[in-house]
Amino acid sequence: MIELRGIERHFHVGDQEVHALDGVDLAIGAGDYVSVMGPSGSGKSTLLNVLGLLDRPTGGRYRLEGRDITTLDEQDQARTRRERIGFVFQAFHLVQYLTAAENVELPLVLGGMAVVERRARVTAALEELGLTARAAHRPEELSGGPRQRVAIARATVTHPAILLADEPTGNLDRRSTADVMGRLERLWRAGLTLIVVTHDPEIGDRARRRVRMVDGRVASDESNPAAGDPSPGIDPAAPFPA
Amino acid sequence: MTPRDFGRLVAASIAAHRLRSGLTALGIAIGIAAVVLLTSLGAGLREFVLAEFSQFGTRIVAVNPGRTMTHGMPLGMFGSSRPITIEDALALEATPGVIGVVPYSGGNAEVEGQGRTRRTMVHGVGPAMPTVFRMEVQSGLFLPGGDPRNPRAFAVLGSKLRRELFGDAPVLGARVRVGSERYRVIGVLAPKGEMLGLDMDDGVFIPTARAQALFNRDGLMEIDVIYGEETPAHEVLAAVKRMMIARHGHEDFTLTTQEQMVEVMGNILNVLTFAVGALGGISLLVGAVGVLTIMTIAVRERAGEIGLFRALGASHGQILALFLAEAILLATAGGAAGLVLGAGGAALLHALVPGVPVETPWGYAALALVTACGVGILAGILPARRAARLDPVEALRAE
Repeated sequence: MIELRGIERHFHVGDQEVHALDGVDLAIGAGDYVSVMGPSGSGKSTLLNVLGLLDRPTGGRYRLEGRDITTLDEQDQARTRRERIGFVFQAFHLVQYLTAAENVELPLVLGGMAVVERRARVTAALEELGLTARAAHRPEELSGGPRQRVAIARATVTHPAILLADEPTGNLDRRSTADVMGRLERLWRAGLTLIVVTHDPEIGDRARRRVRMVDGRVASDESNPAAGDPSPGIDPAAPFPA
Repeated sequence: MTPRDFGRLVAASIAAHRLRSGLTALGIAIGIAAVVLLTSLGAGLREFVLAEFSQFGTRIVAVNPGRTMTHGMPLGMFGSSRPITIEDALALEATPGVIGVVPYSGGNAEVEGQGRTRRTMVHGVGPAMPTVFRMEVQSGLFLPGGDPRNPRAFAVLGSKLRRELFGDAPVLGARVRVGSERYRVIGVLAPKGEMLGLDMDDGVFIPTARAQALFNRDGLMEIDVIYGEETPAHEVLAAVKRMMIARHGHEDFTLTTQEQMVEVMGNILNVLTFAVGALGGISLLVGAVGVLTIMTIAVRERAGEIGLFRALGASHGQILALFLAEAILLATAGGAAGLVLGAGGAALLHALVPGVPVETPWGYAALALVTACGVGILAGILPARRAARLDPVEALRAE
C-alpha cells in the first residue's frame, strides 16, 4: 500500500545541508500497525510528513495505493490528503472556535460533502470515540484525552486508508494515553493502517512492526508477532464500522 | 466547499476573534465616516452657495463699465472710458430677447423717517427691479414707470429698514429723507434675506437718476438685464454686446451672466468637495494599512490553524479564499458602519447646528463603500497569499 524507494529529504540550514531523510526504503502493507521510533533529529517526523504529503521529498519515489504521489500537483495532493490520509498530532490542533462536532466535520466541509451525509458521518465518528455527549463542547472545555479523541474522530471521519499519528500521547497523562492508544488500536483492528511516530518505547512496543530510525535511515525494522493480528479479511478501503 | 459552509467558516473565524475583527473594521469605519462626513459638508456648502447665488434668478446679464472686472462691488466711479448711462439701459431694454432692465447705482446714505435716522444702503434702481431680482412687494407699489431721466421722488423701503424707522406704524404715504432730499414712501418689499452677508432688507430703493444725483455720479454702476426663458444665454449676450459696442464705439464694458457665475462657483465647490473627500480618503488609507497589519499578524498567529487546514486537505486556493473573504467582509462591514456613522454624524451636526449646510452626496457614499470593499481585497490579498503559501510542516510546528 505504501512504497518508499530511496526517499531523501534535504534541508539547508545556513550553508549546511541537513539530510533529514537519507535514502529510506520502506514498504507498508494495508492494515499494518507500524511504530516509528528513534532519537530526536533521526528524521521520524519528517518521514511522517512525507508519508502524509505535507512535505515533498527531495529525491526518491513514493507510491501510495499504487499511485506515484511525488508527481501529483498541489490540488491532487490536497485531495489525496483529504480522502486517504488522517492526521493525529501531539498538540491536538483543534480549531478553538469550533465545537467538537464542527472540528470533526471540518475535513468533510473542506471536501464539500452534502450536509445530510456529513451529519451521519460526524455522528457515527463521535459515537465511535465516545464523544456523543461532548459534541457541542469547544476544545477549551475538554481535557487532553477527549481532545485527542476529537482529533482522532476528525482524522477518521473521512474514512481514510492510513492514519498517521505524530506523538499522539505526548501531551497526555498515563490514563489518557492508555485510552487514546486503545482507541487507535481499535480502529486499526477494524482495518485502518496505523503509523505511530513516538520516542516512547512503551508506546512503540505495542505495534506489530517497529521501525527504528537513526540519522535519516532505517536502522532496524522488526516484527512483533506478540501484538494482536488485525482481523483477517478486511478491506482497508471500506468504511470502518461505526 | 459549498458557499454556505464557506460563509459559516469565515463568520465563525471573525466571531472567534471579536476584538481583533472589531478593531480592524473600526479602522475602515472611521475612514469611510470621515469621507462621508467631509463630502457631506463640502456638498452642503456647494448647495448653500449656489442657492445664495441663484436666489435672484439665473437669467441675468450684468453689464459693468470697464474691461476687467473684479468680483464684488462694481467699479463704477473708476470707469475706464465712457460711463454707462441710463440711455444705454433704455437701448438694452429694446434689444430682442431682453424682458427687463435695471440700471443700478447705489451707495451708503443716511435715511431719516419719523424722526429716526439710520445709515443704510441706498439702491438706485428701475421699475423692473422686482421682476429681475425676484423680489416681492409686501404692501403698496414698487417704483412706477415713466421717464427714467426725470423720475418722481418716490421710495420703496426694505422690510428691515421699515421696521427700524417706523416700527409697526403705517408707512405708505409717509415721508422719508434720503441724503438731503425728501421722498414719499409708496411701498415696502417683502423680506428677502441675506445674500453672502449683505442684508437686502436693510435698504431703500429710489429711482436710479435720483441716486446718481445723490451720490454725484455720471455713470451707472451696473445694468442688469434679464432675458426670457426661451432665449439662449449666448444669444442675449451677443445681442447685448453688439448694442453696447454700437453705442460706445468699442468694448469698454464687461458682461457677466449669472449662469456663468453659478457655473464657475459650482465647479470651484465641486473641486472643494473632492478635496475634502480626498482628505477623508487619507484616513481610509490609514484604515487599509490597519487591515493589512492585523491580517498579517493574524496569519502569523493562526499558522497552526492554517497548517491544520492544509493537513485536513484544504488546497492553497481554499486558504487564500478564506483569509481574503475575512478581510473583505471586515472591510465592507466597517465601510457600512462608517457610512451610517458619517451620514448620521452629518445629520446630527445639521440638527445641532442648523446653520451648517449639510448634504450627503450618495454618489460619494456608494463610492466609499466600493472603496472599502476594494481596500479589503488589496489589504487582504498579501496576508492571504502568505497564509496559502505557508509550509504546513512549519505551520504545524508553530503551535
